[in-house]
Amino acid sequence: MLLLSLAVTSIVGTVIPQNENPAAYFRAYGEFVYKLFNLLGIFDMYHSWWFQFLILLLTINIVVCSIDRLSATWKIIFVKNPLFNLSRFRTLSQKEVFTGKQNPEKLSTVYETVISGQFGYTRVEETDKGLCIFAEKWRWTRFGVYIVHFSVILLLLGGLIGSFFGFEGFAIIPEHEKIDSLRIRNTGQVRALGFEVLCDDFNISFYDNGTPKEYRSSLTIIEHGKPVYKKDIIVNDPLRYKGINIFQSSYGKMPSGALQKEKIHKKDPPEDITLNFASKESGNAYKIKAVIGKPVDLPEGLGKFVIVEYRKSAEFGGQNIGQAYLGILTPKDKNPINIILPLHFPNFDKMRGGAVVISVAEQETKIFNPGEKSDQRYYTGLQITKDPGVWVVYTGFIGMIIGIFITFFMSHQRVCIEIVKRGKQSQIIITGTANKNKLAMQNRIKKISEKLINLQ
Amino acid sequence: MNSSVLLSITTFAYGLATFFYFAFLIFKKPLLGRLGTWTVFTGVVVNAAGIILRWVESYRLGIGHAPLSNMYESLVFFSCTIGIIYLVIERKYKTSVFGAVATPLAFLAMAYASLSPNINDRIQPLIPALKSNWLIAHVITCFLGYAAFAIAFGISLIYLFKQRDAADKSNFLSHFPKSRVLDELTHQMVMFGFLFLSIGIITGAVWANSAWGSYWSWDPKETWSLITWFVYATFLHARMMRGWSGKRIAYLSILGFMAVIFTYFGVNLLPGLHSYGSG
Repeated sequence: MLLLSLAVTSIVGTVIPQNENPAAYFRAYGEFVYKLFNLLGIFDMYHSWWFQFLILLLTINIVVCSIDRLSATWKIIFVKNPLFNLSRFRTLSQKEVFTGKQNPEKLSTVYETVISGQFGYTRVEETDKGLCIFAEKWRWTRFGVYIVHFSVILLLLGGLIGSFFGFEGFAIIPEHEKIDSLRIRNTGQVRALGFEVLCDDFNISFYDNGTPKEYRSSLTIIEHGKPVYKKDIIVNDPLRYKGINIFQSSYGKMPSGALQKEKIHKKDPPEDITLNFASKESGNAYKIKAVIGKPVDLPEGLGKFVIVEYRKSAEFGGQNIGQAYLGILTPKDKNPINIILPLHFPNFDKMRGGAVVISVAEQETKIFNPGEKSDQRYYTGLQITKDPGVWVVYTGFIGMIIGIFITFFMSHQRVCIEIVKRGKQSQIIITGTANKNKLAMQNRIKKISEKLINLQ
Repeated sequence: MNSSVLLSITTFAYGLATFFYFAFLIFKKPLLGRLGTWTVFTGVVVNAAGIILRWVESYRLGIGHAPLSNMYESLVFFSCTIGIIYLVIERKYKTSVFGAVATPLAFLAMAYASLSPNINDRIQPLIPALKSNWLIAHVITCFLGYAAFAIAFGISLIYLFKQRDAADKSNFLSHFPKSRVLDELTHQMVMFGFLFLSIGIITGAVWANSAWGSYWSWDPKETWSLITWFVYATFLHARMMRGWSGKRIAYLSILGFMAVIFTYFGVNLLPGLHSYGSG
């Protein structure tokens, strides 16, 4: 009955991979005729109910089979005094026989020390014809196959955890911008990240032959308005933060030109502005970061300056001068002066003829990507995932490798060295069994026999 | 001396070894077998030297990377692993008859790599996706597995021919060990290959997780490697649990190798993440 159920379940095990073949083929082919497959509803067949059902069937098969057999194996593995059936060893056809020059008692003590060095368990028993040394090792390797099966279950479990509690999504961040959510792949749902990701910079480098060498995004994680973590990510080197992984996935160029420049400054008010202050008296120039509404002290005791507001299209003398900051300069011991700082005309403030010339430092976009046109801006495409099941899967991976190794390359080996009394001498018969790889066991028996012959 | 010269010598050596091994089977002169062994040994040494030199050359070009990055380099490495595994078998089983099975495969792989117009043998810079330490572990383990499966395939073919030739009429086949030994050797090779295929898939999955953020994405190559894995898992279950042996096992081994071949070559025709393996 047990054997029959085993046979049936192994048939199931052999049928499943065959069902997989056309499946995989269709999936691969589906890329070409996406629409057709979408229409047929099997485009996403790996997540289809019938495919999941097959996986479930495989899982049940493994579990049932393993539990079924484990109870039997359990009894074999956990025994205090392993049973050795002498008559079974005597019937083995492969045996090594030689003659010893001493009586069985003396030989057995010599042999036992040699054998116990090679096997974990040894025992000497008296037999009807003399003495017998039983030895065995690696009884526990009978567990190997269960380790493999358990690992397969872990893999599936890890995958399940991932699909329930994890997500896989995508986000596009233009340089200098940030995001706080992502789009889930397949469904297109928007999901909040719980923090913000700022793309400080994106760089692509090329080999001499023009093929891409590296895609690099400099990212900053911002939590509660504060940057908490910075990392450059490249393909194969993601950023991991609070269980969320961010991978370099794709990139592209933002639509170029004025439109895009406008976009930069649409983010009103900009977070930090760098201003140039050139002192007329000393000829020195200073770069100072400013924030709208916060006065800054000028070097050389030149006074104070504060940006009051930002205008997308400021006017001066009835002329539109484009984007500009409006500020107030308060020179030392003098009255405040209204100042206009147009972004596109750095020399504008020179006309005022004051003690200090103020201008807006060039936008950072222009410094980046020296190989590119100054107004070229990239966006970076990021794969964003969360998979709490990944450690379960990795445990399964490790277990599987170890399990397969144990299952195929280690075996429960037993030897029986029978020492039969022949007058003053003895005849020694060595036999052995292994639950796997019997050919190798035969060689092992030969080696043991050679070693024992040499002891004389 | 550059790597392409060394690899041409390798191709020639494997071809010559194939010739010696076949001559050995036909004329049954042990000298021919020994000649074959030394030729294939030379081939493996030159092959390995060629791979190392190619590695060095890539650094000289300023694009240094392990020579395991495209179809050409993988085929060269494949030949080398077949050669090494074969030499181990020859030493372990103390017979050089299997040379006639293994060396033609190594020779074919090398010849295909060198002669196929679709295969570019130039050293190319590594694309960003391949820049990972997992590359070496992934490719080496996969190809150790593939090489073992290739040899298992060859032995299974011999097994089937031998079964047909029940009266032992063929001069050629009679030199091979008994069917039982062939059967057992196939099993050994498949177990070895299965371990390395598993490690190969696993290292690939771990790598994918660090590069793309997902350890499994049903990419055609992944799926086909899984199918291959399933076929060999079936092989092992059928043998261990249901006691299959002989013809049925030989057919399963051949079926498994077909899946390997498709995973290796066929999948490149399909779009997917592994597209760099195609040229």
